[in-house]
Amino acid sequence: MAAMAAKAVRDLSGASSLIELRSVNKWFGQFHVLSDINLDVKEGEKIVVCGPSGSGKSTLIRCINRLEEHQAGDIVVNGVTLSNDVKNIEAIRREVGMVFQSFNLFPHLTILDNLTLAPIWVKKMPKKDAEEIAMALLNRVRIPEQALKYPGQLSGGQQQRVAIARALCMRPKIMLFDEPTSALDPEMVKEVLDVMVELAGEGMTMICVTHEMGFARAVADRVIFMDRGEIVEQNEPEEFFAHPRNERTKLFLGQILHH
Amino acid sequence: MSDDALPGGERRQLAPPVDESGALGWMRKNQFSSWGNGITTVVLIVAVVWILSGFLDWAVFTANFTASVGSECRGGGACWALIREKYRYIFFGSFPYEQHWRPLFAVIAMLTMLVTSADRRMWNWRLLVIWGLGSFVTFLLMFGQIHIPLSLFLTIALVLGGIGMNLRKAIAEPAEMNAYRALAAIGLVGLVLRITGILPAWSLAIAPFSYVETSLWGGIPVTIILATYGLAFAFPYGVLLALGRRSNLPLIKGLCVGFIELIRGVPLISLLIMASVMLPLFLPSGTTIDKFLRAQVAVILFAGAYIAEVIRGGLQSLPKGQFEAADAMGLNYPQKTLLIILPQAIRVVIPPLINTFIGFFKDTSLVLIIGIFDFLNTANQALVDPNWAGFPGEVYLFAAFVYFIFCFSMSRYSKYLEVELNKGTRR
Repeated sequence: MAAMAAKAVRDLSGASSLIELRSVNKWFGQFHVLSDINLDVKEGEKIVVCGPSGSGKSTLIRCINRLEEHQAGDIVVNGVTLSNDVKNIEAIRREVGMVFQSFNLFPHLTILDNLTLAPIWVKKMPKKDAEEIAMALLNRVRIPEQALKYPGQLSGGQQQRVAIARALCMRPKIMLFDEPTSALDPEMVKEVLDVMVELAGEGMTMICVTHEMGFARAVADRVIFMDRGEIVEQNEPEEFFAHPRNERTKLFLGQILHH
Repeated sequence: MSDDALPGGERRQLAPPVDESGALGWMRKNQFSSWGNGITTVVLIVAVVWILSGFLDWAVFTANFTASVGSECRGGGACWALIREKYRYIFFGSFPYEQHWRPLFAVIAMLTMLVTSADRRMWNWRLLVIWGLGSFVTFLLMFGQIHIPLSLFLTIALVLGGIGMNLRKAIAEPAEMNAYRALAAIGLVGLVLRITGILPAWSLAIAPFSYVETSLWGGIPVTIILATYGLAFAFPYGVLLALGRRSNLPLIKGLCVGFIELIRGVPLISLLIMASVMLPLFLPSGTTIDKFLRAQVAVILFAGAYIAEVIRGGLQSLPKGQFEAADAMGLNYPQKTLLIILPQAIRVVIPPLINTFIGFFKDTSLVLIIGIFDFLNTANQALVDPNWAGFPGEVYLFAAFVYFIFCFSMSRYSKYLEVELNKGTRR
């Protein structure tokens, strides 16, 4: 695979950290959902996070753009330490794009308006420029002809590709994917993964929560396995899949790769 | 099936079967499909015909349209001559008789304003122009004279300049921005000078007609003004209350919940009486607020609390993902609320919202309790004339008919809005 070849020669040791998590802890009531998470993400690095449901992987990436608030530890994104300051949070969200499991497109706006909304209102970009960027991105995700339709008129795969384009419209430095293919019919998974592989090839920094192990093998620099709120094991994908060290990792991989 | 396969490998599309049963077939299928259904249909038709014929006999065939005094009207049929005699009073109340064209045109101006602003294509800056112009014409006709104080002009300049400076930032040309800055500066400096007393208390007098005070207003213009401005102000106010009720700040949340529960917990009549009787006691002596205005404010407060609860239903029906997506894009709270949340929430609650509007249009008739002559009250007063005593049915039926026209229009409009706003978005 070409993507794999490209990845093999990439050396990230000199790159600076875009995201740093230092002993991050979070509780939902009494439930310890993130316990002592330490994570460094370098510029251009692609990370796949996997683990059983309830292991805290979605919560982890939702903490990075403050959709969830962590209760202890530090999160530094693009040099800015997350705090309760609204300006601070908005500054981080401008640099971090997010794609959700359930797409979360705005159903009352056309596809084009979905894409141009944030550039126009958050970046104060002139409407014409925003529309140019939006159309270029719709071309890239291969659905320019749907620009004037509403989200409800598109298939799930198309909606998710629009959601990716919408996040890219803000020219983010980091993209977070929260199980982007889990709500899709099987025949639509590939069209979304193709877009994500392309994006990875262009050097975007990505954190993907996903169970698409083929995608992890092809794209990831590092695969992280989480269980019960902890990072249990992390490694390069070849090593991770071929020789998992932890018993829990072995069990999990056995369950999802059994067929 | 192999028969359906075309040479190209495509499957032949079959047309749906055509219903060829015709009118008789439709009757048979829908009205007389069994003995029970047949009997029900016949019984209902007989009942409807019987009731309708009785009503038509009273309202049309034996009715009196021409009597000049009530005693000529004793034939048993409806006495529509009463309406003919009193319609000017019922529609316009005690407004000076020879000036009745003024409330007539005020009503026309308001209906024009409402109908044009019902069109979705007008929902932009045009709406401000329509309402500004419509309200100006309405109140100029009703009052006859309007004095616009200097401070109002200055406030408008300040607000327009401020809005322009904020909303058009980074979009406008430098010249346009300078115009906004100048406008805001003139407004601000002027207001300061006016408050400190350096500028005199000048006002622009527009006085083409004789002055008619609000206590002489009556009939249909009063009902329409109370309902229109009551709901026009109650709607944004209710939206703010609903948003406040979902606020994370305990003080704001507490105030909103307290207000909503307090207002919902008392009858509108008691609120009207409080506004009419008790409020003047609290005001410093010498200051008076027009009774009509006080009733209007009471209606706004009351309607606001109900609208807030309807809107809250819409807010709660939105999936959490919509809020999260807006947050993740970096939209701030006002942007998120105005661009993403409210447009969707209001769409969802159009039927209950219009239901509330219709209820309030009719509830304005309660102002008769504090001596304001709305449409129902003038209709009521028309019965007082001893020459025409004894025909309440005709008058109330007429009043009901007029109310029905308004409410039914609103109901149809609600239907139109639902279809219009959901164009393309239906799954």
